Amino acid sequence: MNILMLGWELPPHNSGGLGVACYYLSKALALKGATIDFVIPYKAEHPGIDWMNIHSATELTPLQRYGLGAYDSKKVLDTPLSKADAKDLKDMRGVQKRYTKYVEKLVKVLEPDVIHAHDWLTMEAGMRAKEIANIPLVVHVHATEFDRCGSDSGNPLVHEIEYQGLMMADRIIAVSNITKNIIIQKYGIPADKIEVVHNAIDADSLNDGYVYDGRTYRYLEGLKAEGYTIVSTITRFTVQKGLTFLVKAAAKACGKYDKLAFLFAGDGEQRDELIDLAANLGISDKVFFTGFVRGKQWRDAYSVSDIFVMSSVSEPFGLTALEAAHHGNALIITNQSGVSEVLSSIMRYDFWDEDKLANQIVSIASSESLKHSLQEDVKREYTRISWNDAADKCQKIYGTAKGIES
Amino acid sequence: MSKRGIVLYLHAHQPFRVRKYSVFDTAYNHDYFDEPESDTERNNKTVFDKVAEKSYRPMTALLERLLAKHPDFRVSLSITGVFLEQAELWAPDVIECFRRLVNTGRVEIVAETFYHSLAFFYSISEFEQQVEAHRKKIREVFGVETKVLRNTELSYNDELAKWADEKGFKGILAEGWDPILQWRSPNFIYKPTGTKNISLLLKNYRLSDDVAFRFGDRAWAQWPLSADSYNNWVNDAITDKQVINLFMDFETFGEHQWKDTGIFEFYEAFVSKWLDNPVNTFYTVSEAVDAFEPVGEISMPNTVTWADTERDLTAWTGNSMQREALRCIYAMQDDVMKSGDLDLISDWRKMQTSDHVYYMCTKYFNDGDVHAYFSPYKSPYDAFLYYMNAMRDLRWRLYAEHNMGGLRG
Repeated sequence: MNILMLGWELPPHNSGGLGVACYYLSKALALKGATIDFVIPYKAEHPGIDWMNIHSATELTPLQRYGLGAYDSKKVLDTPLSKADAKDLKDMRGVQKRYTKYVEKLVKVLEPDVIHAHDWLTMEAGMRAKEIANIPLVVHVHATEFDRCGSDSGNPLVHEIEYQGLMMADRIIAVSNITKNIIIQKYGIPADKIEVVHNAIDADSLNDGYVYDGRTYRYLEGLKAEGYTIVSTITRFTVQKGLTFLVKAAAKACGKYDKLAFLFAGDGEQRDELIDLAANLGISDKVFFTGFVRGKQWRDAYSVSDIFVMSSVSEPFGLTALEAAHHGNALIITNQSGVSEVLSSIMRYDFWDEDKLANQIVSIASSESLKHSLQEDVKREYTRISWNDAADKCQKIYGTAKGIES
Repeated sequence: MSKRGIVLYLHAHQPFRVRKYSVFDTAYNHDYFDEPESDTERNNKTVFDKVAEKSYRPMTALLERLLAKHPDFRVSLSITGVFLEQAELWAPDVIECFRRLVNTGRVEIVAETFYHSLAFFYSISEFEQQVEAHRKKIREVFGVETKVLRNTELSYNDELAKWADEKGFKGILAEGWDPILQWRSPNFIYKPTGTKNISLLLKNYRLSDDVAFRFGDRAWAQWPLSADSYNNWVNDAITDKQVINLFMDFETFGEHQWKDTGIFEFYEAFVSKWLDNPVNTFYTVSEAVDAFEPVGEISMPNTVTWADTERDLTAWTGNSMQREALRCIYAMQDDVMKSGDLDLISDWRKMQTSDHVYYMCTKYFNDGDVHAYFSPYKSPYDAFLYYMNAMRDLRWRLYAEHNMGGLRG
């Protein structure tokens, strides 16, 4: 099986989860014997990636690529690809045009069995390649514009590209049933064209010799020694993460159970609103705002916490929940987060249900046995979600896309 | 009968600003006030050096000249304890400049809280200790006793006046705010309601702010203000009255109004012109109290300050972040005092300086411009987070080093 995979980033040059998912999925497919040619829109070394051929569509550096703001749906984009200037690599549309032209040439040389395009960023290139070479197109949806902007507004051009890509695709992969339903309801795509392939986590990547030394969050460790329970969220502070509901629930929980502290690791345009809200509710000294964390501070944020809350209003998948599970957290996840579909040993609530979340936090914090069973059960559970299974599903989908039942 | 006179009162203060102090500093680093970057307004030495050069040195020099030239010239100063601590660290010559002024016998030092705090509104015992600490510091540095009180940001109410009366202060300063005064003029001496022996001096905010806020404003209809015009205004205002109380920041001269606005020349000329008229003089705050009997009583049951169009404490306590910060810091009082740890007590008190919560002010409209100008932080929210992280470190020190208090959330 020869796969032409169209992506936008790969670690270590990724700005988000898309690159991580592409990395592990392609690796798992390669282990099953697939030959993969992976196109990215920039030029850089990718140390350790030896299971596929990486093709750079432009000479951009990874830093210049970040500058395009791939995930920022607020950035104005309104140029149709036909009118974009392929020489203008400072412009998102220019880069996408260059990327498409590159793929047009590449697909003729490689003659792959299937084209696998990830998200709207590469959908136009996927459509062109399909058109030119008459090769089946699989579109993989990690997030839609509806998820990125948290509402029905969003960029009309991106909506249009997503719609066309989904229409043109022979098969569609959604990262969760939540995403699948959005594709059905918002884009009117028939359900039988869409398969759900949940993301996974590579537990080995987290077993890299990391040992928690309890030093980074010393104050929080001090609180734990005094019997406090640490509740954390590690995310971007944007509207679709539902954090205002979490802050309100935190205040309600503190009203019932005193020994709670909340770690808000991350940053984003909603930070000031959250700070203000916590102050209005009188819990400022129980809420810790770290700013953006990476490396050890990021790992330790998981390690210091007892309960991890994924409060998203709309989350296609939610890899951080699996990371939190790995670090021994009890999980409370909204029904609107895709990852809740693959985990059983968690507590669930609707993103707007502050009272329920408050109750769940208090019940876990006040019961050692409940806390431990949630923590231990989900830690066993998450390891069973593997990229190997995801690759199996993809291979079946490639088969159906080619019109061959496998 | 006493001559009519100007009471010029200048307030010198610099806070110990909190550095960019993160969650990751808490429980490790206790150096809240030591910003490592030198090229920022958060660096206290940088600011002090700059303001010393622009304001403290040239203005003390001007005052010294005026004192030498005009036997009737007087000035009153309030100099906070945290100002003196910083001057001792980085510009001892500035203290020497002030000392020369005080040594003329015609410069009075006004009492206040050592830490420029709002303690009066949160803890009377803490307030009393800070006023006492300031009194002691002034005695040590200048060898003089304070007799007249001003509270932080000129905050004032009847309770404060009663307290000051009971403690033996002969005078107290407040804002001469129209809604309180109604038909009355700020240009007389008053007696605060419910007091026996203390007199109240009220700031003439129009004539004070003409210099303090408007002098260099090119959009102001009266710009450029000449010493003649200003002298005429003050002479007009004092006709049939006792005093004109001109209260403002010391830093007005050279820092808020830069040298190139001509502020120094203006003031030198104004003082001469004012004294050219033989019926005019200057008083220190105590002299004004001695020279005139109160003409009536003034009551301010609610707190009045010299700030903003509201003349209240909302620039310091108006939003919930400010109230949270103040709640947390004052809640520590008993444990901090019991610890007996002098460094900890000193740091805790430095955290009470009102500037910290002022930087958290979110009133961005109208008055907001002034706040933005004075804040060394990117936003009020950043100021709040750095402060809370440092506040938690104080808790940590109590807990880890003294086995007291609790970390609490």
